[in-house]
Amino acid sequence: MNGSAASSRSASAILTLPRRLAAFRTEGFPLIPIAILMTVMLVALFANVLAPHNPEVGVLGDRFRPPAWQANGTIDHLLGTDHLGRDVLSRLIFGARISVIVGLTVVIVAGFIGTLLGIMSGYLGRWVDQVIMRITDAWLALPGVTFAIFLAAILGPSVSNIIIILAAVYWTRYARVVRAEVLSVRERDFVRLAVVAGCSKGTIMRRHILPNVVNSAIVLATLQLGQAIIAEATLSFLGVGVPPPMPAWGLMLADGKKGMMAGYWWLTVLPGSCIMLMVLSANLLGDWLRVKFDPQLRQL
Amino acid sequence: MKKYIVKRLGLALISLLLLSITIFLLMRITGDPAVLLAEPGASAADLDAIRQQFGLDRPLWTQYVSFLTHLLRGDFGQSFYYRTDVFELYLSRLPASLLLASAAMAFSLLVGIPTGIIAAVRVNQWWDSGGKIFALLGLSMPSFWVGLLMILFFSVYLGWLPSSGSGTVFHLVMPAISLGWLFAAVHMRLTRSSMLDVLGSEYVKLARLKGLPEALVISKHAFKNALIPVLTLAGINLVIMVNVAVVVETVFAWPGVGRLLYEGIAFRDFPVVQATVLLGGVMIVVVNLLVDILYAVIDPRIRYEG
Repeated sequence: MNGSAASSRSASAILTLPRRLAAFRTEGFPLIPIAILMTVMLVALFANVLAPHNPEVGVLGDRFRPPAWQANGTIDHLLGTDHLGRDVLSRLIFGARISVIVGLTVVIVAGFIGTLLGIMSGYLGRWVDQVIMRITDAWLALPGVTFAIFLAAILGPSVSNIIIILAAVYWTRYARVVRAEVLSVRERDFVRLAVVAGCSKGTIMRRHILPNVVNSAIVLATLQLGQAIIAEATLSFLGVGVPPPMPAWGLMLADGKKGMMAGYWWLTVLPGSCIMLMVLSANLLGDWLRVKFDPQLRQL
Repeated sequence: MKKYIVKRLGLALISLLLLSITIFLLMRITGDPAVLLAEPGASAADLDAIRQQFGLDRPLWTQYVSFLTHLLRGDFGQSFYYRTDVFELYLSRLPASLLLASAAMAFSLLVGIPTGIIAAVRVNQWWDSGGKIFALLGLSMPSFWVGLLMILFFSVYLGWLPSSGSGTVFHLVMPAISLGWLFAAVHMRLTRSSMLDVLGSEYVKLARLKGLPEALVISKHAFKNALIPVLTLAGINLVIMVNVAVVVETVFAWPGVGRLLYEGIAFRDFPVVQATVLLGGVMIVVVNLLVDILYAVIDPRIRYEG
């Protein structure tokens, strides 16, 4: 058993691609989650090519048509139609675009703000640290979901408003985690040498501290991607997120409620499954990255 | 100890102040607050009356002071829709929210703790994997979608459970599960890691060296100690549940605080929205404060660190 593992590793240079992929899988490489995320992103990118119909315009005569494999379904509407006769498949495809855009932008903006504040707080210390950390603490104490709903209700429904709101709610964890990392990095020799060499504080933070904390920020961003997507879906479902008639998955679920009591399952099951698949993939990828970058957490 | 409590109290007050300033500024900056505070379709004369009443023509900081003094007196204004005092309205909805949160909490603990323990005792066996999948699903499915799926299956197809409303135990089952699953996942993960910590400790090794049967080691020595962090977290989560239940309460038309917030948004009843968010924030800040103080009482190391 051991011998064969060792020999296969020594021969790794001449491994063919499928065997390399197999090797990845045994190490817990999240192949399927990454494949799913890539697919969703490609679908989002090429939505206008892939979608068979206009996602926002329906034919009322075709309303509540079931998926093609059920009685009364047609090949033209592979996954059925909604209460306005809009094609569900096309709306799911364009909905991927909204989830991807909102999810990625939120974690990038929140990550940028949080990392910046975390580095300043951890490296500059003293009153800068006090002010930033007190604000972070106070912000963390706010009821996140309720607060996001409140902001959304005031600002009005739009994609850019959701991004602003969710970034405003999610930056705090980056600030906390990054600050803790900076506190240990700043005591390392290369940072002290940079100080002796006469580097400015800005240069040290940018060139020496940032590269050492960016891993943690990326792990956190991956783990938060799923949360951001769920939060967007929640806001849209409540009618304060993406404005209709745009095709967002959360909005589709809200519309799907109209046909639920009549048993039109596809309007509820399909958009939710898309959300779940994407969030599940992001979580699995995030867990893997966390274990990869932080061996201490491997037992958890 | 006294110094520590005073410091925590100060931090809690800062949180509350920040919350009130944020909400106050947001209401003033984003458009005309008179329009937000007036009933939909109010006349120009009504808007002027509102400006007079709230002193919207005065400087911002005097407005904030009067806003704050009103809040401190428990005066959150009148609901446009229900025509009653907003604070009383909130209190009248709170019991339903607490009932739902308690049921969801019971579900999350009953599922989360046993699966967490089994997962820790049988690491990397199928129980562990099953628990992981359960937790992962809980963290990856929006709670309202779980609710919708259950309505579809148990109400529409099987007709076993009522799809909305309140009153009987049957009304409580589906909302409690959809709200509780995420928390069951969180409690399961914490129980598992806490249990693994305890199982590696010296006193558990000693108990094993004494020759106690494994079942007794786990149930008597490990379990009790592993439970402390889980129950502390559960205390905080109960309050968080009340505040994140908005979407579940909306799906099941459960007459709690979350549903009140949703109605406030749907009817553009801003005094209601403002009060729900403020009071939710107050609840979370207070519970965090209580937990901090409780920790300091239990663990002397914390209070000396300050």
